[in-house]
Amino acid sequence: MFNEFNGLLTVTVFLPAVAALLLAVGILRGDRAIRWFAVLVTAGDLVLSVLVFALFQRGGERFQLLDRFTWIDTGTVQASYFLGVDGLSAPLVMLTGLLGLCAVFASFHVGSRVKEYFIWLLVLQTAVMGVFTALDFLLFFLFWELELVPMYMLISTWGSGRREYSAMKFLIFTILGSAFMLVAIVAVFVSSGVGSFDMTLLLEPGTALDAGRAALPMGALFWLFFVAFAVKLPTWPVHTWLPDAHTDAPTAGSVMLAGVMLKMGGYGLLRVNAGMFPEQLQTYALPVVILGVISVLYGAVVTLRQTDLKRLIAYSSVSHMGLVLIGIGSVAVVGGVLTDAGLVGAAMQLFTHGTITGLLFVAVGIVYEKTHTRNIMELGGLANRMPIVAVAFLLAGAASLGLPSLSGFVSELLVFFGGFRAFPALTILAVLGIILAAGYILWMIQRTFFGPRPARWDSLTDATLVDAIPVALLAISIVAVGVYPVWLTDVFRDGLEPIVNGYNAGLAGMTR
Amino acid sequence: MLTEPLVWAIFLLPVASFLIIGLVLRPAISAVPALAKASGYLTIIALGIGFALSIWLLRSSAHGVIYAFPPHLWLDLGPASVQMGLLLDPLTNIMLVVVTGVSLMVQIYSLAYMDGDRSFARYYAYMSLFSASMIGLVLASNIVQMYVFWELVGLSSYLLIGFWHDRPAAAAAAKKAFIITRIGDVGFLLAIIFLFFQADTFAARGLNAFHIPDIWEAARPIAAGGAGIVAGGALLWLCLGLFAGAVGKSGQFPLHTWLPDAMEGPTPVSALIHAATMVAAGVFLVGRFFPVFAESEVAMMVVALIGAFTAVFAATMALAANDIKRVMAYSTVSQLGYMMAALGVGAYNAALFHLFTHAFFKALLFLGAGSVNHAAGTFNMMYMGGLRKSMPWTYGLTLVGALSLVGIFPLAGFWSKDEILLESWLAGGAAPVAIVVFFALLVGVLLTAFYSFRMIHLTFHGEFRGGGERELHDVAAAGQPAPTGVTHHVHLGESPRVMVAPMFLLGISAVIAGWLANPIGVGMLFGLIPSHWLTEYLASGLHDGHHAPPFSIAMAVISNVVALAGIGLAVLVYAWPRAFTSLDPLTRGGVVHTLLAQRYYFDDLYEGLIVNRIFYRITVAATDWIDRNVVDGIVGLLGWISRNIGGLIALAQNGQVQTYPLAAATGGLVILILYLILG
Repeated sequence: MFNEFNGLLTVTVFLPAVAALLLAVGILRGDRAIRWFAVLVTAGDLVLSVLVFALFQRGGERFQLLDRFTWIDTGTVQASYFLGVDGLSAPLVMLTGLLGLCAVFASFHVGSRVKEYFIWLLVLQTAVMGVFTALDFLLFFLFWELELVPMYMLISTWGSGRREYSAMKFLIFTILGSAFMLVAIVAVFVSSGVGSFDMTLLLEPGTALDAGRAALPMGALFWLFFVAFAVKLPTWPVHTWLPDAHTDAPTAGSVMLAGVMLKMGGYGLLRVNAGMFPEQLQTYALPVVILGVISVLYGAVVTLRQTDLKRLIAYSSVSHMGLVLIGIGSVAVVGGVLTDAGLVGAAMQLFTHGTITGLLFVAVGIVYEKTHTRNIMELGGLANRMPIVAVAFLLAGAASLGLPSLSGFVSELLVFFGGFRAFPALTILAVLGIILAAGYILWMIQRTFFGPRPARWDSLTDATLVDAIPVALLAISIVAVGVYPVWLTDVFRDGLEPIVNGYNAGLAGMTR
Repeated sequence: MLTEPLVWAIFLLPVASFLIIGLVLRPAISAVPALAKASGYLTIIALGIGFALSIWLLRSSAHGVIYAFPPHLWLDLGPASVQMGLLLDPLTNIMLVVVTGVSLMVQIYSLAYMDGDRSFARYYAYMSLFSASMIGLVLASNIVQMYVFWELVGLSSYLLIGFWHDRPAAAAAAKKAFIITRIGDVGFLLAIIFLFFQADTFAARGLNAFHIPDIWEAARPIAAGGAGIVAGGALLWLCLGLFAGAVGKSGQFPLHTWLPDAMEGPTPVSALIHAATMVAAGVFLVGRFFPVFAESEVAMMVVALIGAFTAVFAATMALAANDIKRVMAYSTVSQLGYMMAALGVGAYNAALFHLFTHAFFKALLFLGAGSVNHAAGTFNMMYMGGLRKSMPWTYGLTLVGALSLVGIFPLAGFWSKDEILLESWLAGGAAPVAIVVFFALLVGVLLTAFYSFRMIHLTFHGEFRGGGERELHDVAAAGQPAPTGVTHHVHLGESPRVMVAPMFLLGISAVIAGWLANPIGVGMLFGLIPSHWLTEYLASGLHDGHHAPPFSIAMAVISNVVALAGIGLAVLVYAWPRAFTSLDPLTRGGVVHTLLAQRYYFDDLYEGLIVNRIFYRITVAATDWIDRNVVDGIVGLLGWISRNIGGLIALAQNGQVQTYPLAAATGGLVILILYLILG
């Protein structure tokens, strides 16, 4: 029954869920104990996820650390419990581990229904980890859907403002996307000659799915998946759930939402749309890139108008996630060979945006905790009272606007490099977005941390030690990737290499 | 013989001092206040060692030692790769001496100028970061590496302009500087992106599209023995992209508006960043890619005309500025225009020679302005006057700086400016544009002389007009907020020695820096310096570097006569026969004066009209409205559906809406599995 079983991934994925279960049956009493238990669990999970990243061997088998046993096998139906990582998912697993721990630290101030809160937070982590490691479509979909419940609960119960509206909006958009995905998965499955949910088979070019045998036109399948992932990313025009969800979510909710959950969308695009539908992606690259450019510019323009710190960062995420689409669309090179710059850039953008935005939300959380407002107009001059938070903000802001030596620059540069080789004019438009990014980031910093300080903030205190831990972790990761990116880009390159090679083989075929 | 680690040390020492101050000293200062001073000494030691190493490097390079070290991989992109390396050509070696030397003087001066500031350590942390970024920029052998430090220079500048960030004007000026330079940076970035576009062609010839010497090679036509990869329109766009970056950083028209506002930073910052080094980065960039520009006639023409126009345009605005630092700022923009114009007419050596001398005398002038502010409590020249009696050293040194700036024989500025004028005149034989450039620059000399001596008279001559005390009184009476840098603290007297000493060293440089180059071309000056040493050395870094023309007495006479005429005019207006009292006679210029004083309304055009009205109030507001009312409108529809479906499910699930997603998901799966098994 056990085809292969390494076990590391299973432990990494399910450790938080098991811990949540233990909390649920009541092994611990007292909020303090529960908090530190959550720290222990997520710290352990971070260590495991770093181990996953470290143990992944570049140049080895495409998928590694496999855990697999057959789940359903009725002859016609084959579904497995199948986990594994490649160069694309291994870094994202590590990212999830990192942000999971940060989210726990950012949740120390949660005072109501503490046990429940941490249960949901831990379940969320398992779900996201599961999405990144599942190699069976059915399992992938299960994890994908599982993630909705804890997020919904976190926003609607521990959120602020119109939290129920926002939670419901988040839910509806994502479920709608999921419906598209479900149809697509079923259609892939019933296509003759597949009969298995094994994603590794579907990723082999030419073996599993060809247009002649697909239950639906390949183009339709491509777009069904695309919609599901684009909602999650999110891209214009299905982005409007994000600002509401972010604004009303608790800090940890925003950290997980921006840090890893949006990345599920990008991951899906790279894994499924780019990996399984290479020809369709090449055909439809233009609309994909146009959506990306609109997201970049539209997102940035709307960001300029925001006065709520969290809303502002949320809209900036729309803008930054647009770059992922441009990177993915870069496969449609005209003549010449495809370099991996665009795809690696898209993947890097997932990772770097996760840490950068995670840090921004952690910092906003600290500010909100002390001032009870996120309205930029009411703030000002906080730098002298909260130097640590100000430095964190400055660092994350600089990274967000693409300052070299910080991580955001690397992914932006790669996306632009790749994008320009396919769509020069559109990419130039997107590059203009970096001016707008400088505009809103610096405006936000100026109005929040610089200038005169209203007297009511005179007695504010800086971040506590517990607050400072996630700040330090994220800041270190931002600098580490920015100063020496090769350790990360090489892993992503390894994961994306089969896709790029597939395209180049196709390109060579065409010229022949 | 220098080893690779020693060269990297020039860059890494200030990095280390930045990190130590930021991560170790600053957090500990609240416990041990004495550590604040230590941050200053640390920075000075780091830069002192860097300066010594730079001199060593320049010296051995001038004696013919060629340093080349293999670069280190930073990012592999397939057909091209980003390699962090050291490009130790004459241009870099000269720039290193300028950057570390001027920076060292400024750091020493700041010990006294910033004394007592509660963010003393933060100041030195930023200064270390700035110096490191600038050094990293000039060392870079890869265009992406260069862009990395180019942007870090921008960040340091942002931090230093906004150093007193609780002042709204400083915070706004910092933001403005960053954003306006970033507009230019987009051009630079696009140039890099374009190079990657061409990377396969480079790679086919064994070249790396990001390696700077390879880019020179690629731009050289095949006929001249180069690779001839980039040519024609592509070459022009590449040059214009790079030049856009240079225009932003060097405050050239039309991206000049940030530089005068940047004077909100502490004065030593202005001396370092906005006079001697950072703004020179734009000129350095064009210089670095001069072999590429030289292949495109149109690009060179654009550089020459923008430079020449800026030289005159900025000088006219200096005429009507009353803030001594703003006069200096416009003067800097104008002088950078000279350098750009020189590059544009092909006078590479002369442009960089001027960059070299300008760094010294302009840093000196800024430090002089800081010294004056220390005594008078204001930067407004209308409230100064008569300071020569109380601060003789500052007066004498500022006068030397001003004469050098104006280009009076035999001071440093004369030699370099004279070479620019001569070269553009000579280039006029082949290119008519150069003649236009020449006359523009000559007009610039007149204007420079006038505003410089207007500044000298208003500041140091006549009677003292009350300083910051009186200005605050006047400003309060008019109901306006107090300008930056104005205090009640007026004490007429010379600044402390720690401030005067670096000024003195810069003053010596402002006198002799020209002679160091032996521009007259006598055999061996002082028995040490070979003929046209500096310019020949610079030319040796180019593949087909051209030689400096022989010294022309006629040109020297012309430029000095024009300069003296400008000084004479200033004397007539401000000193003799009637001494200056309180109203600037130039205000009688009416509309023209208003136009100059309002900086040709460029700020109103950019910020008031384009950014605020057209972009923000119309484009941004409309998009935001659409987002809230149209795009988000989809949600209304979805909400309606969900209310109905959700209601059904809620009924079935005892009203627990929370279980809805789980129900929907599992329901979907059950259907799927049933379908699969039965079907």
